[in-house]
Amino acid sequence: MSGKPKLHYFNGRGRMEPIRWLLAAAGVEFEESYLEKKDDLTKLRKDGSLLFQQVPMVEIDGMKMVQTRAILNYIATKYNLYGKDLKERALIDMYVEGMFDLNEQLMDYDYLPADKKEQHFANMMDKATNRYFPAFEKVLKDHGQDFLVGNQLSRADVQLLEIILMAEEFKPDILAKFPLLQSFKARISNVPAIKKFLQPGSQRKARERPENVPKVLAIFE
Amino acid sequence: MSGKPKLHYFNGRGRMEQIRWLLAAAGVEFEESFLEKKDDLTKLQKDGSLLFQQVPMVEIDGMKMVQTRAIANYIATKYNLYGKDLKERALIDMYVEGIFDLNELFMNYEIQPADKKEQHFANMMDKATNRYFPAFEKVLKDHGQDFLVGNQLSRADVQLLDIILMAEEFKPGILAKFPLLQSFKTRICNIPTIKKFLQPGSQRKPPTPEEDIPKVMEIFF
Repeated sequence: MSGKPKLHYFNGRGRMEPIRWLLAAAGVEFEESYLEKKDDLTKLRKDGSLLFQQVPMVEIDGMKMVQTRAILNYIATKYNLYGKDLKERALIDMYVEGMFDLNEQLMDYDYLPADKKEQHFANMMDKATNRYFPAFEKVLKDHGQDFLVGNQLSRADVQLLEIILMAEEFKPDILAKFPLLQSFKARISNVPAIKKFLQPGSQRKARERPENVPKVLAIFE
Repeated sequence: MSGKPKLHYFNGRGRMEQIRWLLAAAGVEFEESFLEKKDDLTKLQKDGSLLFQQVPMVEIDGMKMVQTRAIANYIATKYNLYGKDLKERALIDMYVEGIFDLNELFMNYEIQPADKKEQHFANMMDKATNRYFPAFEKVLKDHGQDFLVGNQLSRADVQLLDIILMAEEFKPGILAKFPLLQSFKTRICNIPTIKKFLQPGSQRKPPTPEEDIPKVMEIFF
C-alpha cells in the first residue's frame, strides 16, 4: 500500500478531473486505476467498493470515497484549500457550486448526439459569458485581491482556472471582456504545483476525442 | 431586521425544501418571501441580490447566499449538524450527495412531458429501491446505531427522512424491504423539532399540484 490516494475512473476528464486538479494543486501525488470496459465497473460494484454503484471512487486515508463533491470537500479541508472560517467557506461553496453548474454543461457537450450539439453549445457559451464569468470578474473587481476568497489560494481558484481553460478550448477568446479573469488565469497558472500540472506528461486529462465517446458510454450504460 | 434567515423562492418544495428541513431540524425560525410571477424573479436579479441570477437565495447572517449546497453546508456547520470531525463529515457528504441525486430524480418527475413520465417513474423507483435505500439500510445495519453518522443527529438523517417521505408519496409501501429504514423513519420523525415540522401549519411545503406546474415554470423560464 503506497499511501497515495488511488483514483478509479475511466481514462478521461468527466467527473474525476476536478479531483485531479485539486490533488495536484495541493501537491499530493496520486495513482489511477482506469476502467476500460463495462466489466471493470461491474467488478468494482460486485466488490462492494462503490457505495452507490458509481464512480468516481477515490481510495484515500482508509476510505473508499464516492461522490465528487464529498471527495473534493475532504481533499480541500485536509489540504487547507477551503478557507479559514465558516464565512470564507460559505463564499467558496457559492462560487464552486456555480462552477459545478457550468462544468456540467461543458462536460456534457462532447457526449451529446450531433443534432443537439449546436443549441447546447450556444447555451453553454451564453451561460459562461453572461452569467458565470461576469460574477467572478465582479468578485475580483470588488476586493481587488489576487485570489477569489480570503487573500489566499483555495479550491475556488483552482476550479475557476480549470473551468476557464475548458471554456477556452471551446472558444479561445472567451475571456476577451474579462480583464481581471485574464490576469487571474495567468497568476494561478503560475502557482508552482499548478504550473507543473499544466505541463505535458502530467496526470491532467485531455478532452475526449469524438471517436472514443461510444467506448466511454459503453462502460456506463 | 428580524435576524431570522429569510428564504426567497416560489411557494413550493423545489430546491428550497431541504433547506427548510435543515433549519426546522436545527430549531431555527425563518421567514419566507415567495416569488409568484416572473417579475418577482426579475426584480431580484436586477437588485444584484442573486450571484448567478438564480434562486434559492437565503438572507442569513448578513449574506445573500445562493446555491442549495452552499446554503445547506453553512446551516449544517453553524448548527452542529455536520459531524464532529473530518472523517464524519466525509461520510455525511457521501450519504447526502447520494440523497441529492435521488432528490433530483424526484424533482424532475413533475416536469416531465406526459409521454416520458412513465419511464421516469420506473427509473426513479428502481434507483430508490435498488441503489439508494439498500445503501442506507446497510449503513444502519453495519453499525447498529440510531443515526447514520457518529451516533448523533446530523444533516444526513434529516435529508434521508425528507427523501423517504417523498418516496412514500410516490409509492406508499416503498420501505417494505427495509426494516431498519422503517424504524429510522419513526425515530427521526419523533425528534421534537422534526415532529413539529411534520405537523400541519408548519412551513413544510406539499408537492406542487400538477395544474400549478405551468405557473411555476413560467417564473423560471
